[in-house]
Amino acid sequence: MKEFLILAVVVFFSLLTYWLVEPFAHSQMHAHVESEHFAYADLPALEKTGDATRGADTFMAGGCIGCHNVKALGMETGMSAKDSAAAYGVNPPDLSNAGAIYDAKFLAALIKNPAHATVVEHKFNDMRPHPMPGFYGAGGDDIDQEIADIVAYLQSIAVKPEEVTPKMAFEDACGRCHAMRYTKWTQLGEMPNFKHKKDELRFQADVLDYQDSIKAYLGKLPPDLSMYIRSRNEHFLSTFIENPQSQLHGTAMPRVGVTAEGAEKVIKYLEFAGDPKAEMRNEVGKNVMIFMIFFVLFAYLWKRQVWKDLH
Amino acid sequence: MAHFEKANSLNEWMDQRLGVNTLQRVLAKEYWIPKDINFLWAMGMVLAITFGILLISGIFLLMYYQPNVDLAFDSVNYTIMQEVGFGWMWRHVHAVAASVVFLIIYIHMFTGIYYGSYKKGRELIWISGMLLFVAFSAEAFSGYMLPWGQMSYWAGMVITNLFSAGSLELNGVVEWIRGDYVPAQAFLDRFFMLHVLLIPVAIMALIGLHFGALRLPHVNNQNGEEIDFEVEAEKYKSGNKAASKVIAFANDFMSKDMFVVAIYLVFFFYLVFWNFDFAMDPVNFDPANGLVTPAHIYPEWYFLWSYEILRPFDKDIGLIAFAFAQVIFVLLPFLDRSPNTVPANRRGLFKFWFWAMLLDMIVLTAMGKLPPQGIFSTIGYVAALVFIGLWIILPFITKLEKKL
Repeated sequence: MKEFLILAVVVFFSLLTYWLVEPFAHSQMHAHVESEHFAYADLPALEKTGDATRGADTFMAGGCIGCHNVKALGMETGMSAKDSAAAYGVNPPDLSNAGAIYDAKFLAALIKNPAHATVVEHKFNDMRPHPMPGFYGAGGDDIDQEIADIVAYLQSIAVKPEEVTPKMAFEDACGRCHAMRYTKWTQLGEMPNFKHKKDELRFQADVLDYQDSIKAYLGKLPPDLSMYIRSRNEHFLSTFIENPQSQLHGTAMPRVGVTAEGAEKVIKYLEFAGDPKAEMRNEVGKNVMIFMIFFVLFAYLWKRQVWKDLH
Repeated sequence: MAHFEKANSLNEWMDQRLGVNTLQRVLAKEYWIPKDINFLWAMGMVLAITFGILLISGIFLLMYYQPNVDLAFDSVNYTIMQEVGFGWMWRHVHAVAASVVFLIIYIHMFTGIYYGSYKKGRELIWISGMLLFVAFSAEAFSGYMLPWGQMSYWAGMVITNLFSAGSLELNGVVEWIRGDYVPAQAFLDRFFMLHVLLIPVAIMALIGLHFGALRLPHVNNQNGEEIDFEVEAEKYKSGNKAASKVIAFANDFMSKDMFVVAIYLVFFFYLVFWNFDFAMDPVNFDPANGLVTPAHIYPEWYFLWSYEILRPFDKDIGLIAFAFAQVIFVLLPFLDRSPNTVPANRRGLFKFWFWAMLLDMIVLTAMGKLPPQGIFSTIGYVAALVFIGLWIILPFITKLEKKL
């Protein structure tokens, strides 16, 4: 019985130390940010019901495709991503699936005032306007109705939200600024397999040019996200995606406005890139545990047998 | 030329040439261990097994690791963790074992302190043990550099800076250690060498010394009883095992050891597969970047107590206190003036000294990780003073002890 008492003392002091240096210390080091469940409560609610057919016209009249590709419908600006970034700071997103990945309320607010919706008003002002101009109406009486129509149109042309894969969500929401070398992702898309070194170097030079544009636009090159699932925890990533300002005040990273499902998919893709063995770890772990329990059992029987004569 | 009879069996043949039977007798069958011990006496075997795990997992990691500042991070986090079959497992095993080995070392150390196992003939066991602690610390630090993450880089920066010796500003020494002005390629190369060659060799030599120092004074027992090993061994050999106060190292002691090891391994593999963040700091999954300082720089948990002795003081006093903390444990057998080799609970004031030291080191450990602000700063400062104070009063309170 004395051995159990000693064991209890050892376990108690070990756990106390663990609790102090892990859960407690980390709770003191990092401010806890509550999730808002991607409600975007600071943005006005959508009051109008949009009409996709009208929205198609408004979308064209509003001049969106002057800068944005909609490749799913064959609309292209004719500018390369590199040139777009040189012109605007960052390559404007392709809008094919925007309606499925981003929150409708957020899209509406973004169309009206991009800097406000993306929470980067500290970066842009009259002297340095946001590269995307706010929408001033396309001739109709009610600008909010026109915006609701555009959002409805974007939703109508997109794939269904459940058809958005983690990879699509990541590439759309993060991939124009962030590289992810463990999935071969560059800001210009997936790094192809080149036959000739020359072509590879050309591609890499284009990536560097593109990165220079984002550097000028954002102040620094956004980090490669390959290991972010291990270097940041899931809660941090989720609340950070929800609103980057909440954990990194003053950052140039815009709020991207993904839906809750969109954010989940992005995180799933980060897991695929940085911790793809999580499931296997579980499986192997279970088998090792089963083995170890037998090991304990046999070790105990051996000890009993040897000590039979000693007591 | 010595005279050799023709051997009738492999065992005899080996015995003639290597003296295997003598070795077996001296090191196992007639290596007497007191019977009155508890599971804490198995920590030595637990440590040996953990070191074995570190060695084997390390060999596997070494086959794919690239000691190059441009490749190191990805060779660990991509090649080993994703591309190599079961590479992730070996890395988790290695990282968790490297952290848990210190938990066991501390348990082993405090067991020795509690039962007075550093006294009367056992001084060399203690000293070689403390040298092992130093060698393991160096091994842990050098290994921590290798993934070349943010914590590797900044820990390397902070720790090598200590060698400028405060106001002496020996910056040349720091540059000499780094091989550069900042941690860079030369730095990574030399710490790689230290981690995979020089320090492991030193550790193995010290383990030999540690075991050797144990053979003649024998293992202590949990009641501080003085045992006549020859008399008790005779009882054992005559078949009266139950009445004898000793047991044989193999298989008696071994079988109990292995049972404890088995339970320990359940705990160990639970950590490896499901709870490893404490041993693999998230910050170190950001690649090294000399232009971005992490918001909080802290060492791994097992260095926190000595870090906290450095931190609350002014630069020079802090360094002196830190140096004091590093060497003072080695001197324990000489600072303890008591004639008694019994458990701490029977030793008057030393009983309180033991628990005060244990609690103080836990407080220091906690404060070493917390940001040095407000109340944490004050608690850390007081705990550091208490640590130094406890060591200063140790010779006096133990001198007062009466012989039992």
